Amino acid sequence: MSAIPAVVAINTFREAVRDRVLYNLIFFALMMIGASILVGEISIGISRLVIINLGLSAISIFGLVMAIFIGVGLVSKEIEKRTLYTLLSKPVRRWEFLVGKFGGLLLTLTVNTILMTLGLAAALYYVSRNFLRADASVLVAVYFILLELALVTALALFFSCFSSPMLSTLFTLGVYVSGIFSKDIRDIGMLTRNPAMQAAAQVLYYVLPNFHNFNTITAAAHGESIPLSLIWQNTAYAALYVMLVLIAASAVFSGRDLK
Amino acid sequence: MGTPAIEIEGLTKDYAVGFWRKRMRRSLDNLTLQVEEGEAFGFLGPNGAGKTTTLKLLMSLVFPSAGTARVRGRSIDDVRMHREIGYLPEQPYFYDYLTARELLDYYARFFGYPLAERRQRVTRFLERVGLADAGDVQLRKFSKGMLQRVGIAQAIVHDPQVIFLDEPMSGLDPVGRREVRDIILDLKRQGRTVFFSTHILSDAEMLCDRVAVLLGGKLQGVGAPGEIVSMEVYGMELFFEMRPGFLLPTALAGSATKIGERYRVEVPEVQLYPVLEQLRNCQARILSVAPLRPTLEDYFLKLVARDKADPHPAGEGAR
Repeated sequence: MSAIPAVVAINTFREAVRDRVLYNLIFFALMMIGASILVGEISIGISRLVIINLGLSAISIFGLVMAIFIGVGLVSKEIEKRTLYTLLSKPVRRWEFLVGKFGGLLLTLTVNTILMTLGLAAALYYVSRNFLRADASVLVAVYFILLELALVTALALFFSCFSSPMLSTLFTLGVYVSGIFSKDIRDIGMLTRNPAMQAAAQVLYYVLPNFHNFNTITAAAHGESIPLSLIWQNTAYAALYVMLVLIAASAVFSGRDLK
Repeated sequence: MGTPAIEIEGLTKDYAVGFWRKRMRRSLDNLTLQVEEGEAFGFLGPNGAGKTTTLKLLMSLVFPSAGTARVRGRSIDDVRMHREIGYLPEQPYFYDYLTARELLDYYARFFGYPLAERRQRVTRFLERVGLADAGDVQLRKFSKGMLQRVGIAQAIVHDPQVIFLDEPMSGLDPVGRREVRDIILDLKRQGRTVFFSTHILSDAEMLCDRVAVLLGGKLQGVGAPGEIVSMEVYGMELFFEMRPGFLLPTALAGSATKIGERYRVEVPEVQLYPVLEQLRNCQARILSVAPLRPTLEDYFLKLVARDKADPHPAGEGAR
């Protein structure tokens, strides 16, 4: 990241911290403590499965809520409060501002996710008194969640470049949900035997982000190992998709009048 | 003469309005003007005249429908132009979770200064705008006047050659206005070009080498404040006091206004001596006699009145 986006990113991170965004960690911690105690009482043998499932799902949901709700406000808040006017009067290009905002939120989400993962590890240790080799899958699942959050943040930022926060939230949620079922959309399209529908389903499959491949929570909870090829594939896919979305966001935002 | 500080050529801005955004409303119509290096230039006009639109166009916050502009020879599209300018938006608002010191440091980072220089600059400019004691206070606790001063500090923290200020005196108390005036004069003494918009005409008369008057998006005139308005005397203003037991001369009864113990009257220049004679006859005490000249404000009001009487909506549906 060149110097200017990094300056914007650090300020975005500072804003999130000072706006007490990381307070969500308290809820997460309380939830994990409560779940650990409860699991110890009621289940024998499946405590690890429950804790990993619950912990990873919570990491994913907390992160998604943050990525969407903070992401859609990254640009609109700066326009609404007119803080962007002074910023863009400095030698800052609009794309540098966008990349910086994206980087800042991703940094916030990464710190948040790392802290939650530490909480999950503590809960896991509390219920089973040891770590297993298979727990490495949990770390891979967390990494995939982070990749997914990067994609969602980029999408939220893209939509907020031309629509209101409310619409941007709806669009981002819509794309996210469709992205989870993108494979199903293609399969259903193929069943129709209508060439136009098939083509449309195929296009949607390639255009929508494929979030299905990022969900390895169940595999991690069952201690299954995650193939290295999937790690590379997901990393490359997320990096490319994020880059394309940010290029599109920059193209839209660079021509926009800030009234 | 070298390159002008600011060159604006035919700058025009149309905004799409209405639900389908098909109608165009012209905010700025073919603005052409030049500002020389070292000038303090006032950009005058009532609300909605196009002053802020012009400044936003120069900052590339909005994009022109037609025309071009250059600052110190560089096109406004060129990001390097921004290294040489400072900008204070109208009613500025800043990241309220930052302290004034952190905010100035944040902006100074974009110019690549090393840490030590940033610290030194931030301290110097906080002092310059009278906020040395408030540097470590979060901006959410700042008054409007203090925010305006932080705004000026961020506009000059990198020592720009050309400074654009949008309504820099608005919302300030008399002390604050005086301080901003001093900063502008100080910048001018250092040879900087200051381009500021205002509707407070006395400030423009006091500070500006030249002014431009904008109305309905159209330039009405450019020149020194004295050139813009006629310097011809159009009457005389007298202040006087009546001695106890004497009555106001009947000829002045209809035109004189009583202000406390004093009277004020405006008379045509040719009637000055007959009026003074009448006042002498009733032993009135003359406090002052001064010629009346039209002010920039009179010029401004005349333009607004003319525009209302004969409105030419600047390009409604122009495109």
